[in-house]
Amino acid sequence: MGLTLSWLSVIILIPLAGLFLRSLELSPEQFWNILSSRRTLNALRVSFGLAFAAACVNLVMGSIIVWALVRYRFPGRRIFDAIVDVPFALPTAVAGVALTALFAEKGWLGAPLAALGIKVAFTPVGIFVAMIFIGIPFVVRTVQPVLQDLDPEIEEAAGSLGASRWQTIVRVILPSLAPALLTGLALAFARAVGEYGSVIFIAGNLPNVSEIAPLLIVIRLSEFRYADATAIAVVMLVVSFVIIFAVNRLQRWAQSRIPAR
Amino acid sequence: MTIEVKNLVKKFGSFAALDGVDLKVDNGELLALLGPSGSGKTTLLRIIAGLDWPDSGEVSFNGEDALAQGARERHVGFVFQHYALFRHMTVFENVAFGLRVQPRAVRKDEASIRARVKELLDLVQLDWLADRYPSQLSGGQRQRIALARALAIEPRILLLDEPFGALDAKVRKELRKWLRSLHHEINVTSIFVTHDQEEALEVANRVVVMDKGRIEQIGSPDDVYETPATAFVHGFIGECIELPVQVADGVIRLGEQPLKLAADGLVPGASRLFVRRHDMLVGPPGSGAFEGAVQHVRNFGPVQRAEVALSGGETIEIDAPRDKELRAGDTIGLEPRRYRIFAG
Repeated sequence: MGLTLSWLSVIILIPLAGLFLRSLELSPEQFWNILSSRRTLNALRVSFGLAFAAACVNLVMGSIIVWALVRYRFPGRRIFDAIVDVPFALPTAVAGVALTALFAEKGWLGAPLAALGIKVAFTPVGIFVAMIFIGIPFVVRTVQPVLQDLDPEIEEAAGSLGASRWQTIVRVILPSLAPALLTGLALAFARAVGEYGSVIFIAGNLPNVSEIAPLLIVIRLSEFRYADATAIAVVMLVVSFVIIFAVNRLQRWAQSRIPAR
Repeated sequence: MTIEVKNLVKKFGSFAALDGVDLKVDNGELLALLGPSGSGKTTLLRIIAGLDWPDSGEVSFNGEDALAQGARERHVGFVFQHYALFRHMTVFENVAFGLRVQPRAVRKDEASIRARVKELLDLVQLDWLADRYPSQLSGGQRQRIALARALAIEPRILLLDEPFGALDAKVRKELRKWLRSLHHEINVTSIFVTHDQEEALEVANRVVVMDKGRIEQIGSPDDVYETPATAFVHGFIGECIELPVQVADGVIRLGEQPLKLAADGLVPGASRLFVRRHDMLVGPPGSGAFEGAVQHVRNFGPVQRAEVALSGGETIEIDAPRDKELRAGDTIGLEPRRYRIFAG
């Protein structure tokens, strides 16, 4: 117990506290000026907005992938199952380089998309794509065990009670998976907000357009504007914490309706 | 509602789960499908429910083709072995589910749904659990809720798949009696699947004994127990002694030894003789068809079970009343009060 708490403090709490202390060196006015600057606001908007959008896409696509992996038996299922983990394992820089090459104007996917007038690499769309890429395993891996545990008989029961396929999904399956889905969403979101390596390669990093908050922190640090960097960091920390906390509450509320068996 | 099944065949790969099954179920019956695992009884039930589809054959309800409809349209109540309750819903909502998913045109208003659910919870005597979640219930309570849920849609037929299979012995016995009285009350045509012969004989009006995808015998519990139609039924129902015998020239032999049993009407050749354990009457040596030496004796409630080495070479177990003095080492005569011989 004591050991766990000390370890947790050393690893997580002390660095976070340090961050807060550092930002206290700023006067409230300075703090406010840094945050309300156009560049900071845009970076935060890009980071949180795209991360949330990417997490939502991952929630939907991840659920579909989980469904296929759990409920169907098809050749190569195990391989697909393993592929899901690739974004976990791949160094993010490698992912960034690969995605950039793929979506660059002359890349395999970039070229046909460019012909349609869609530019992915070096735009916010590229950030979005990278965030989807790195977030998908979180949804799949949190929902998979819960779905495996969900007895297919309950679908048959719903059907024999007169429920249509749609009613079965909406009234029976989704509510049973809700806590896991929310956890997956929160994890994918948190990962996407904090993602740096894969995003900076594909983003183009245009200030105010495709510059993410973590990159802005790095830029401020390289300019020796440490206070600016910590101020942005604190805001990211607080906003992330609030969002994770909210999802956690939501999840607990959903869980309370499904007491453990 | 009558159910008629004709020449039903269902294969899983090369395994024939159902191999030409014909069955008629009368209106208001409580029918048991009894058989060992892999006998096809659950497959038959699932096909009747519309949860599985046969490779060939017919299923009709009141003469109307049921295979043309999916599970949703058949209006069949199905109770699963592992309850299949919706764990994110309260007991109340579980029971109300079938009423809430009805098409808007026929859906009842909230007050009628509440009244109906209340009525069903009263019927299964669990109205005090309405606000609980399934995880907070015992197995027996869960199964009663599952039954109430199935009854909510006023099913034309009630199908129960090993409904008491996951429960412990004591609860199982209680629920058996309860199911029979419930059936008496609601009187809806019901079929339940079980591998437990005692359950089938105690609960059902009629028993269908199945083995290897075929029906071996259909009859009342008495018929099935007293006059088994096949060697399988005899061996499966009741505790049995099975002896390999030879029928030749009007004489039945166990090994080399001729038995003092009539061989009238028997087909010559290798046969099997079946006697229930308690139908072997103990007498002095020399009396009866068999003779043997008692190996050892154990007491089981009202009976004593003795292992007897027959002079023909086989060892059998018999159940004798407790007042009969039996000791290891005794030589006794045995007379089968009732027995059956099946060729093959």
